[in-house]
Amino acid sequence: MNTEELHQIAIDEQTRQRQYKHRLFVCMGTGCLAAHSDQVKQSLEAEVERRELKGQCQIASGGCQGLCVAGPMVTVEPQGTLYQHVQPQDAAEVIETLDQSPIERLQDRTTESFFQRQTKVVLNLAGRVDPERIEDYIAADGYSALLKALTEMTPAEVIEQITASGLRGRGGAGYPAGLKWSTVGKARSEHKYVICNGDEGDPGAFMDRSVMEDYPHRIIEGMAIAAYAVGADNGYIYVRAEYPLAVKRLGLAIRQAQKHGLLGNNIGGTSFNFHLEIRMGAGAFVCGEETALIASIEGGRGVPRPRPPYPAASGVFGQPTLINNVETFANVAQIIARGSDWFTGIGTEKSKGTKIFALTGKINNSGLIEVPMGITLREIIYDIGGGIPNDRSFKAVQTGGPSGGCMPTEYLDIVVDYESLQKAGSHMGSGGMIVMDETSCMVDVAKYFMEFCMTESCGKCVPCRVGTAQMYDLLNKITHGEATLDDLAMLEKLCGMVRATSLCGLGQGAPIPVLSTLRYFRDEYLAHIVDKHCPAGVCNITAAERTTA
Amino acid sequence: MRHHGFSSEALIETLHTIQSTFGYLDLEALRFVAGNLRLPLSRVYGVATFYNFFTMKPQGEHVCVVCLGTACYIKGSPDVLEAIERFSHLTPGETTPDKKVSLVIARCLGTCGLAPVATFDGELAGKIEPMQATGKIEEWLNFEH
Repeated sequence: MNTEELHQIAIDEQTRQRQYKHRLFVCMGTGCLAAHSDQVKQSLEAEVERRELKGQCQIASGGCQGLCVAGPMVTVEPQGTLYQHVQPQDAAEVIETLDQSPIERLQDRTTESFFQRQTKVVLNLAGRVDPERIEDYIAADGYSALLKALTEMTPAEVIEQITASGLRGRGGAGYPAGLKWSTVGKARSEHKYVICNGDEGDPGAFMDRSVMEDYPHRIIEGMAIAAYAVGADNGYIYVRAEYPLAVKRLGLAIRQAQKHGLLGNNIGGTSFNFHLEIRMGAGAFVCGEETALIASIEGGRGVPRPRPPYPAASGVFGQPTLINNVETFANVAQIIARGSDWFTGIGTEKSKGTKIFALTGKINNSGLIEVPMGITLREIIYDIGGGIPNDRSFKAVQTGGPSGGCMPTEYLDIVVDYESLQKAGSHMGSGGMIVMDETSCMVDVAKYFMEFCMTESCGKCVPCRVGTAQMYDLLNKITHGEATLDDLAMLEKLCGMVRATSLCGLGQGAPIPVLSTLRYFRDEYLAHIVDKHCPAGVCNITAAERTTA
Repeated sequence: MRHHGFSSEALIETLHTIQSTFGYLDLEALRFVAGNLRLPLSRVYGVATFYNFFTMKPQGEHVCVVCLGTACYIKGSPDVLEAIERFSHLTPGETTPDKKVSLVIARCLGTCGLAPVATFDGELAGKIEPMQATGKIEEWLNFEH
């Protein structure tokens, strides 16, 4: 396919869309599907059929709107009305009132700020593109960036654009994407690989699931541009097996792209070839680590190995390999299409663009959000998130998953970027953001994460395998009111040791939840140890133990 | 296996196919895979037991998965799990003696906006209450063919 043909598909699709007076998008994300949005769609379709409006009104599948608690959600275009909690029996009323003012009952003014305060770059087509139709994506300028890169830019110019945009890895560490691309680009080898890391193992985070489900073509386009830039001809998307819908939609998108000549040999009529395959994970958190992921793609146990050599020099099958996260690839096409200057206009000095967070826990508007870097935690939690339910007070926000930290009230006004979060003792992570109120016990939370790291440790290196188990035992003692101050000292010592000596990020990060809760909530630890009392009332310290103490 | 050209890198994909067809992996299946992909059985067994997603035990007729991801944990999924455990006398990973119900825990199902969540035979239920979960299990256990 060449640029003219792509343009023609876009025009045809836009014409087709314009013939409808109304277009209704029913969210088909995992969250809304759980609330039976498929039944809502069916009854809307039946209603359109009954009223013989088929030529004027289109009922389409759309992507996630972010606010999963308000599902099933339906967007009415061109008005842009967003209905929440739509039930199948509402279909007649929705279709009836298409030309009138929207139904008040199905709208919720309290969640307006949730939608207004966000800046959508990666999720900018939210809910208005059918993830299972390549034509929808092409009509929204999809794949134009790939053809632009292939026909108007050299690989070096593509890398230059990405470098100039300041895009950093969205998987957590924030390594500059441009630097990684140029390292792989410079490596000499007959075959190179591009891998998309969609092994979102961080519990409490679902950004990548949503992006893979809603924008499979955007990821494919980003990967193809990356492959062109670094000179790769093969690629893998590594997806968790726990995300069946993402696997299905990515598979469908790959086949559609192949059929349209946007993947495979001679893409866009040029000499560029790129073959893409899906590899399913099988439930191992450690596989999010790049060398473990590579081992898993090769069909082995997902065990990390020491770096260097970095995957950029020796990755899959020993070949130079570029690994980026789902969200990183999802940013690429727009940077190429709109230029790096546009991208650098969003965000802070060192962290450019936007970040998607999964805002969950004790918060009113829990869901998926995309915000510009540089927004404060307070804006996220109180403006977008709508504050803490039941008038309880905010205690801490946790970012970075099992290797991240908790930040207390005094950090609410720090800006969200890679450096500030690190300074606060946490880190950006892949984007999980869990809010805790006064009823959450910080020692219990630390224990939860340690239990997670202990069971997910692959067992290859001793500090992680043995250290996490020892730290878990100590935390368990504390939460049962059986620990002494010596145990606490031992715990702190172990934290430093495991952090410094573990092989990969899993072990190095495992002590961070403990260290950060100790830093800000030491009094809670002491309450458990000295007073044999859990201030939040979570830990079950029995009266018998209290009397013996 | 043919689809992947009988290469050793197809191991995980092959195991996925077997598990989705038969529900679990048994030693016979692993021997067969090892023979066809020309891999030592130890390697196949090692991979099958390394990943949480693969199970070597047959599952019950109905499967209940309780999510213990961070968001679900904070929002009370331990209470849901405890209620199910108490009601069904199962611990995670076990199946009732009549092979009707299996209880499984998941690390994160990725629908944290609806926490706490559980799936019942693959159908996702959000904002679940302990009573609701035990009610569903009771329904399964009492259902006669």
